[in-house]
Amino acid sequence: MKYTPHTQQDVREMLDKIGVDDISDLFAAIGTASGEGLRAIGKSPIETERAMVALAEKNKVYKTVFLGAGAYRHYIPPVVKHIAANPRFVTAYTPYQPEMSQGILQAIFEYQSCITRLTGLDVSNASMYDGAAAAAEAVAMCINGEKDILVSDGVNPAVREVVAAYLRGSGRTAVSVPLDEDGLTDIGFLEGYGERAACCLVQQPNYYGNIERTKEIGAVLNRTDVKYILHTYPIALGLLASPAEVGADFATGEGQPLGMPLSFGGPYLGYIAAKEKYVRKMTGRIVGETTDRDGRRVYVLTLQAREQHIRREKASSSICSNEALCALTAAVYLGAVGKEGFRAVARACVDNAHYLKEVLESAGLKTRYSTAEFFNEFVTVSDKKSSVILNELKRRGILGGLKLSDGEILWCATEMNTKEEIETVGNIVRKLL
Amino acid sequence: MKLIFEKSISGRTGFSLPASDVAEYKLSDGALRAAAAELPEVSELDLVRHYDALAARAYGVDSGFYPLGSCTMKYNPKLNETVAALAGFTELHPLQEPSSAQGALEAIYTLTESLKEITGMDDGTLQPAAGAHGEFTSLLMIGAYFKKKGEKRTKIIVPDSAHGTNPASAAMAGFEIVNIPSDANGYVDTEVLANAMTEEVAAFMLTNPNTVGLFEKNIGKISRIVHDKGGLLYYDGANLNAVMGIVRPGDMGFDIMHINLHKTFSTPHGGGGPGSGPVLCKKALAPHLPYPLVEKKKDGRFGYRKTSLASIGRVRAFQGNFLVEIRALAYIIALGREGIRDAAEKAVLNANYMKSLVSEFLTAPHKGACMHEFVASCEKLKEETGVSALDVAKALIDHGMHPPTIYFPLIVHEAMMFEPTETESRETIDEAVAALKEIVAQAKTDPESIKKSPLTTPVGRPDEVKAARKPILKI
Repeated sequence: MKYTPHTQQDVREMLDKIGVDDISDLFAAIGTASGEGLRAIGKSPIETERAMVALAEKNKVYKTVFLGAGAYRHYIPPVVKHIAANPRFVTAYTPYQPEMSQGILQAIFEYQSCITRLTGLDVSNASMYDGAAAAAEAVAMCINGEKDILVSDGVNPAVREVVAAYLRGSGRTAVSVPLDEDGLTDIGFLEGYGERAACCLVQQPNYYGNIERTKEIGAVLNRTDVKYILHTYPIALGLLASPAEVGADFATGEGQPLGMPLSFGGPYLGYIAAKEKYVRKMTGRIVGETTDRDGRRVYVLTLQAREQHIRREKASSSICSNEALCALTAAVYLGAVGKEGFRAVARACVDNAHYLKEVLESAGLKTRYSTAEFFNEFVTVSDKKSSVILNELKRRGILGGLKLSDGEILWCATEMNTKEEIETVGNIVRKLL
Repeated sequence: MKLIFEKSISGRTGFSLPASDVAEYKLSDGALRAAAAELPEVSELDLVRHYDALAARAYGVDSGFYPLGSCTMKYNPKLNETVAALAGFTELHPLQEPSSAQGALEAIYTLTESLKEITGMDDGTLQPAAGAHGEFTSLLMIGAYFKKKGEKRTKIIVPDSAHGTNPASAAMAGFEIVNIPSDANGYVDTEVLANAMTEEVAAFMLTNPNTVGLFEKNIGKISRIVHDKGGLLYYDGANLNAVMGIVRPGDMGFDIMHINLHKTFSTPHGGGGPGSGPVLCKKALAPHLPYPLVEKKKDGRFGYRKTSLASIGRVRAFQGNFLVEIRALAYIIALGREGIRDAAEKAVLNANYMKSLVSEFLTAPHKGACMHEFVASCEKLKEETGVSALDVAKALIDHGMHPPTIYFPLIVHEAMMFEPTETESRETIDEAVAALKEIVAQAKTDPESIKKSPLTTPVGRPDEVKAARKPILKI
């Protein structure tokens, strides 16, 4: 299959206009022949589709999912996919020409507004590669001389690894903040550390599902002038105190739960928001409002003096392409569920997860952290091997939680799980124990 | 046009969940936010009409000609959208065990192998989310490579014609940047390079064809200069579309590179993303690739490779922009070796055809055949009429097309960089050139009218100074 429209006559006449005999003449500068290249020969659309469908069919799609750990299955109203598939959004590029790109620019401005409203902070950029990259760039923005970089052990390990990779450039390694026996970031450790730290990255709810004492952490960090980066699960922001309310300087997070399917890890959406005072250091694209000469409201890419195409090596980041269509999707999702619907989704997650915990406890599993409150994820512990439990669920067509260790499993429930599914899991687990 | 928040009516909703049949659980008050976030309250129809109106104010490749130089705005085949929407791809959790994701792992493996064949490289990762992310990943790998060798190399050489992402990514990875001037054709001045190339230099970053649209004839010599001093040669794959199927970066002497799947391999640009920026490298750099990496096992099944201790780690939480990879794989399967070569040939044919037409009335400073893009300059036009590249670009909008890239590369004054891509027909190019010619003629008789353009868009030119001076970044 070729997607080029040229007829033989087109090629002939175009070459005549250029003044060469053959297309190969245009490549004369390259000179030397190259190696083998792609081996496969082309296929028709029918064959291509068959090949791709065959690949898709080799994957197991679970109807029932209790796995989260950084990627979450939520309900995506069909209207979200419908709108986000509009070719004028899909096939456009970065809105360099604002007069003909107001649709994209306004959509991103609305996305930025949604993120600032969810986080309570002043400024959001236009999107990051994913949540982990957002956290890593927020940390990079906080580097201050030789001061240490603190990262809570409650932060998702994959996010911690990305932060570590991004820090390689500055030759730094983050200092781990331990969890206390309740599975919460050790506030005493932060107090003891005091002003020796530049910043601290905390996740809410943390990797183990526990709701961190974010206000108390904020009080300590604000007092010691340590920049506070709160990495958040956006659905939890429907109910939990906003990053601004707990004194955070930055909020980051993985935006996938806002209308994006799981998709084996991407495309996802990193969001980052900050207090006003960081605006001119902010990473990535930002859309702003202005006017045209007739006074009409216009949206443009703004504060570009921070960016790579202007500042080159002095830029705040190298981001050029971001995740614009995912940002648009998140804005559509938040518009589709709306103010009350968003809270309702968060409540359903909390209710279903607490019912799951109750059912699993009555089936014989113990919860690892019994005193801390949790949102929609929690850890169980048992003498029975995690793999035995998870394999049996898999055999019954259920994707169980994440194996953390031989006896520990991290479970997740969302609004997608039914009471019946939860009770089925309970019955399967009870028979195994 | 109103914002969605300005259409919001308190109490209106277009959403509902099933009635809860489990007990309500109340979290303690201390953990809760004081008030619900002020998200829009609209009906589903309100939402649909809002975004329909926004879409009408947007412009994509599907709308018309989009010769944005350096961005490769080629047609995005719809077959690729169809296969990327298959539930077998979209409904997979990234932490599913390999045994339940064999098709996904095979897709990642096959695409990586195909890219290795196309580029002449030995290994690779699909993890980076965009071209600049691929650059950053590669530079971390280069840092790790020299650290392991026990060599202290702190500098990266970048030509002044390079994309801004090159120096920005190198700085993020902790390197000091050495900028070197190019000659008038954007070619590397090998003498300048040889002088800059010390044993403190880790790598030289090069785009080939360069950002002026010319193939670097001295690539063999450049490779020797860099390698003789123990440095590495980095290939910015932004312009791979011009040469794929014809010459391979791996054979030109490059050690490591990134590819933009959203340019070269036809995945849609999404209004600025998501992209995908795979990194390909030679064997010596492979131990430093980020994980997870996919392998084909002896029994033909797919799984994750054992993590290399020398790996730079992860540059994002999961495998990569998987659905973008699926689209690129479908494109490569459909095109095959002949289609890949054909795409490069027709991209170069279209660019040269357009250049030959445009150079009849605008200066095209670089003589001879170009590759997939070319630069014209409005410097003379501006001197004669006061009409700048920006003015011409805005006037092109009134002719129903997207303007070319302007003011890049920085080494050409009043630059307009055209990249028609291979999927455009001769008629489309003819029409665009006719529009451009009309604008240039009008600039000579009535420059003021050009400076007022565009006039056919919902808004006129924005006051960008005001936007930056008093930023309004949300409602």
